[in-house]
Amino acid sequence: MKKTARMAMVAGLVALSLTACGERDSDESASEPSSSAPTSEATSEAPSEQFPDHKACIVSDSGGFDDKSFNQTSYAGLTKAAEDYGVQTAEVESNAPSEFGDNINEMVQQGCNTIATVGFLLGDATEAAAKKNKDVDFAIVDFAYEKPLPNVKGLTFNTAEPSFLAGYLAAAKSETGTVGTFGGVNIPTVTIFMNGFYQGVQKYNEDEGADVQVIGWNPETQEGSFTNDFENKTLGQSTAEEMITQGADVIFPVAGPAGLGGLQAAQDNDVKAIWVDTDGCESAAEYCDVLLTSVVKAMDVAVEQAILESAQDTFSNEVYEGTLENEGVGLAPYGPEADIDDELSSKIDELKQQIIDGEITVE
Amino acid sequence: MSETPKDPLGPGTPDNGDQGQGTTTQGAVPAGKNDAARNGAGRDRDLTSWLPTVVDSIAAVVLALLVGALLIMFSTPRVVESLSYFFSYPWDFFKFSGEAVWDGYRALISGSIGSGTAWTRTLERAAPLICAGLGVSLAFRAGMFNIGAQGQILLGALVGGFIGFHYDLPPGIHLLAALLGALVAGAAWGAIAGILKARTGAHEVITTIMLNYVGRFTMLYFLGKEALQRPDSDNLLSPPVDDSAAFPTIAGVHVGVLLAVVAALFVWWLLERSTLGFEMRAVGANPDAARTAGMSVARVYVSAMALAGMLAGLAATMTVLGRQDSLTDQVAGTVGFDAITVALLGRTTPLGTVLAGLLFGALSAGGLSMQGAAGVPPELTQVLQALIVLFVAAPALVRGIFRLRGQGRKADVMATGW
Repeated sequence: MKKTARMAMVAGLVALSLTACGERDSDESASEPSSSAPTSEATSEAPSEQFPDHKACIVSDSGGFDDKSFNQTSYAGLTKAAEDYGVQTAEVESNAPSEFGDNINEMVQQGCNTIATVGFLLGDATEAAAKKNKDVDFAIVDFAYEKPLPNVKGLTFNTAEPSFLAGYLAAAKSETGTVGTFGGVNIPTVTIFMNGFYQGVQKYNEDEGADVQVIGWNPETQEGSFTNDFENKTLGQSTAEEMITQGADVIFPVAGPAGLGGLQAAQDNDVKAIWVDTDGCESAAEYCDVLLTSVVKAMDVAVEQAILESAQDTFSNEVYEGTLENEGVGLAPYGPEADIDDELSSKIDELKQQIIDGEITVE
Repeated sequence: MSETPKDPLGPGTPDNGDQGQGTTTQGAVPAGKNDAARNGAGRDRDLTSWLPTVVDSIAAVVLALLVGALLIMFSTPRVVESLSYFFSYPWDFFKFSGEAVWDGYRALISGSIGSGTAWTRTLERAAPLICAGLGVSLAFRAGMFNIGAQGQILLGALVGGFIGFHYDLPPGIHLLAALLGALVAGAAWGAIAGILKARTGAHEVITTIMLNYVGRFTMLYFLGKEALQRPDSDNLLSPPVDDSAAFPTIAGVHVGVLLAVVAALFVWWLLERSTLGFEMRAVGANPDAARTAGMSVARVYVSAMALAGMLAGLAATMTVLGRQDSLTDQVAGTVGFDAITVALLGRTTPLGTVLAGLLFGALSAGGLSMQGAAGVPPELTQVLQALIVLFVAAPALVRGIFRLRGQGRKADVMATGW
């Protein structure tokens, strides 16, 4: 007992020294729940409409909200909606596909007005919940229904377009004449990047009479290099190492967190890389020096927009498609050590305009 | 139940017995638990001997909840903020922490057992854990550490699911075919490890872990085939099984949950009443002695792993046929690995496994409400589960903290001074 008392005394002293000068801000701010409190800074730029009665919620797939990839980016859309429009929020992370239905229902029970679900795996569960709860609006990232219910909006992204630009850029920056790409799993939302990348390289070869090779993806057979795992960084690293051994000096990993291994390999071997989904110089800043650019998929913008529409009662089930034109997808600013000259930079801008104008179609 | 006087499975050392416990006339549940406790404690040298007593398990749960409460407190922004002016307004800190912990654990309780929906969730999440956990327990009792439940579940799901959505059979027969398919596939996958051990002596821990990888990539390979994908889609996602192959529901809960209970009864009967079960326990206790006694150790290894795989296949049907989940490479979730925890927490007895499975199902279902209603970070329920296992695995630590008496497993009083 003596020991316990002594320990309590020490703990008390530590707490005292740490907190002695603290002061309570004010009764109101301390007692207000933080999740629903609109921050005052957010409103300083352009005071936007506030919806304190609207509750926006999100359900992740089994990657979780800390996946440095699509769950995390979509979640950023929700937190941004809370900052900008003062909506209330709630979220649930899924651990396994069998939980999807329960998790969405839990959000419905919590009185959510808009529920964003992340990923095609939640397609069935979202549709089932939307059928039962017609007064709740649903937005699903990376999925579009053939016959959408009136309260379900698909949020899709034509990432082939910016990947095309990335492919052109990679081919132009390659000195060995070989560039490499690999995916997480062979599914459309991954291979759309690789298809666009491949076409961009071919475009460069046509324009410049070059012969830059793409390893890791064959658009005819739709087969290529896959880690078959979105989590395992080591797998991404060894896949990229192998490509570098084969002469690739620009790596384009489309594998979520596993792709970080690709960036590591690029850094170790002093070659360049292009990141996907988010601006790598922000989300994976330690690899910023190897990045030429990043193919950005603005899921946060799309999710926030869907929440705003739902709050404003302008929600429709029309599928949203992020394109270069509406800036739902795009290239991030070039990396600090990318060394892109003005000629190449203006060529990329020109290609971008051609895609927007429909002169070049990327499939 | 099991510790009959003529049981030759191992000499119970006198100082190691669970003395002072009622032997025969307690209520059903505690009697079973005590029995299980003695069962483990009595056999000094077999694999179960390091498993904790029931009291340790309960103490571990309580301790995990206490640590969890601290974590809830310090993951609540309001509580952390109130620390900065703790000495001006100490009451704020206690009030906010109290509210945070109360809200969190109230959500945990109401989300797991507070309503009909909650019970459905708990039972449906517990069912696969129980089935797979029984498989791990069974193999454990036969002296094998079955890490391969995950792969066995995947194979069961693959075959059961494929029969469920690909073929068009009349109701009833369709369900039966899919169920059998899943059981047979799981059993076959489990038997591989058993045969390897029996024939070549390859250690089952290594082979089952490797077979998990093989199972996962087998699943991925087949999901890449047109026949398993939805029409007009290249996503690695199968259609759900037809309604004719799905378990019917009674009062909102699919009948697969009943099958889990039947499976537990079957495993109990097998281990405690059948000849094969007796041989399994004998081999688990001492394979050399069992061989000398004329038992076929190889046959026991193969049949134990096949049965373990079959139970894992049954676990697969809980999601694929019960909840009509589509096949993906994640269809098994982490059930196969959680099952190991469930089995060990349940002291590798059927009853214990059922109780541990229910606890984990309830934690999972309640954890959902903690996230949704109380805003507790989702990692926390997993931390809670991990803490329980950690404390169960470190009985000396728990006893030290609760000042439980006696290293000789006599402790059943946790009243003194803490």
